[in-house]
Amino acid sequence: MLEAILIAGFGGQGVLSTGQLLAEAGMVEGKHVSWIPSYGPEMRGGTANCGVTISDNPISSPVVTEPTTLIVMNRPSLEKFEKTVKKDGIIFINSSLIDIKATRKDVRVYYIPANEIAENIGNGKIANNVILGALIELTRVVTPGAVEKSLREVLPPHRHKMIPINLKALEAGAELVK
Amino acid sequence: MAKILMKGNEAIGEGAIRAGCKYFFGYPITPQSELPHYLAKRLPEVGGVYLQAESEIGSINMVYGAAGAGARVMTSSSGPGISLMQEGISYLAGAELPCVIVNIVRGGPGLGNIAPAQSDYWQATRGGGHGDYQLIVLAPDSVQEIIDLINKAFDLADNYRIPVMLLGDGVLGQMMEPVIIEDQYETKAPKEKKWASTGRMGRGSKNLVTSLHIVPEDLEKHNIKLAAKHEEISRSEQIWEEYNTKDARLILVAYGTTARVCKAVVDMFREEGMPVGLLRPVTLWPFPSQILNSLADQADNFLAVEMSMGQMIDDVRLAVNGKKPIHFYGRSGGMLPVARDIYQEAQKLLMEE
Repeated sequence: MLEAILIAGFGGQGVLSTGQLLAEAGMVEGKHVSWIPSYGPEMRGGTANCGVTISDNPISSPVVTEPTTLIVMNRPSLEKFEKTVKKDGIIFINSSLIDIKATRKDVRVYYIPANEIAENIGNGKIANNVILGALIELTRVVTPGAVEKSLREVLPPHRHKMIPINLKALEAGAELVK
Repeated sequence: MAKILMKGNEAIGEGAIRAGCKYFFGYPITPQSELPHYLAKRLPEVGGVYLQAESEIGSINMVYGAAGAGARVMTSSSGPGISLMQEGISYLAGAELPCVIVNIVRGGPGLGNIAPAQSDYWQATRGGGHGDYQLIVLAPDSVQEIIDLINKAFDLADNYRIPVMLLGDGVLGQMMEPVIIEDQYETKAPKEKKWASTGRMGRGSKNLVTSLHIVPEDLEKHNIKLAAKHEEISRSEQIWEEYNTKDARLILVAYGTTARVCKAVVDMFREEGMPVGLLRPVTLWPFPSQILNSLADQADNFLAVEMSMGQMIDDVRLAVNGKKPIHFYGRSGGMLPVARDIYQEAQKLLMEE
């Protein structure tokens, strides 16, 4: 098993911490994991992305050039990374903020109104975890239990009161694609 | 000890603290700024000193001062900043001062860019500054190996009284991987530094730390002494990793991040039953020439793979010493070699036979 996941969006949408949560969960399950951010000369409000690799074997390059799964939280990210996804891969599109469709026919595409769902749950900031929930349900790359455990590691103690609402977001995402 | 997820740059900082490093002087530059950032918080917690100097030139001369007083001290930078430090590094080598210098290499020459590269190999392994000297150069290929080698770096520096460089690249600095860190690293170097200028403390003579030897006869004597030290290090401190080299007819040679990609290439060939292996130098100086020379008796071809236009290949040539042909594949400017491309390059060599 090797999943190379690229998560992309605006700076501030939590794409780096979502990737870290996923990597941490992979580690908790005893898998080989790596996480690498884009660190180009980005500007505030610009795009941010990170690559997470989770594998049964040691990871050669941590740089994700051909993702098996892509999460795009905004339109520039879809336009930039759609073509890089591996054939038969998966693209998760945050349809709350992206008003165009994917053009690829050789990949599976899921449109998830992540911000709307997150706001219905009670906090727009957890939109990324709605999509993460869908990703985990479809790929089984890590178990929901490992993610729950990892939330405690990734979130600083004063944010632990946010764990239940994050779990709700993950569950809502999983429900959508069941 | 639990596994934790850690960024390469932060692992250098935490590893250094566990190795007993108490002083850091530096100046920020991408892609290594997380390291000074981390130490700015951590060093005061362990009673150490973190200081952001006015420039890289200031930093390296502060390192000279702390090392001269016998402290475990480190600095870090990337490409352009390391170039600025070269005068100070030469002085440190001349005065035989132990210290650790980290270079998280980015694209060059000049301002270049901030993407990962291996194009500072010549600068690192040929001294870098003026005069007849060498640095010990260590090249980890994972966050865990960063932790392991940073301990070794401080010990080597103290044991041989020589500056040690840890050479990484932007990928290693920026990536996160699971690591296991020992609570405290037990140093294998003598703790007492009798040569350090710490005040006379009742001694009959004063300790002098200097790189100045104004009389030519004296300087030549000093150069001969340094050369003997380099010779000893060359003999005793070569470190490498062999990956599927046993029956290999084609051997890839690569270090750092590039070596990780090459391992995937070796796996691709092995799945097809093709005898391809990898030699990964862990010390770039001293370069693991002995093993490479003996592998040249068995292999038909060597392929050096680098994130540069071809620098380490010089050392591969010196080691193989004409026994077998040596080929090159490289990407530069911050581009990372992709396994499929290296595979194709290697396949051409296998077809020729």
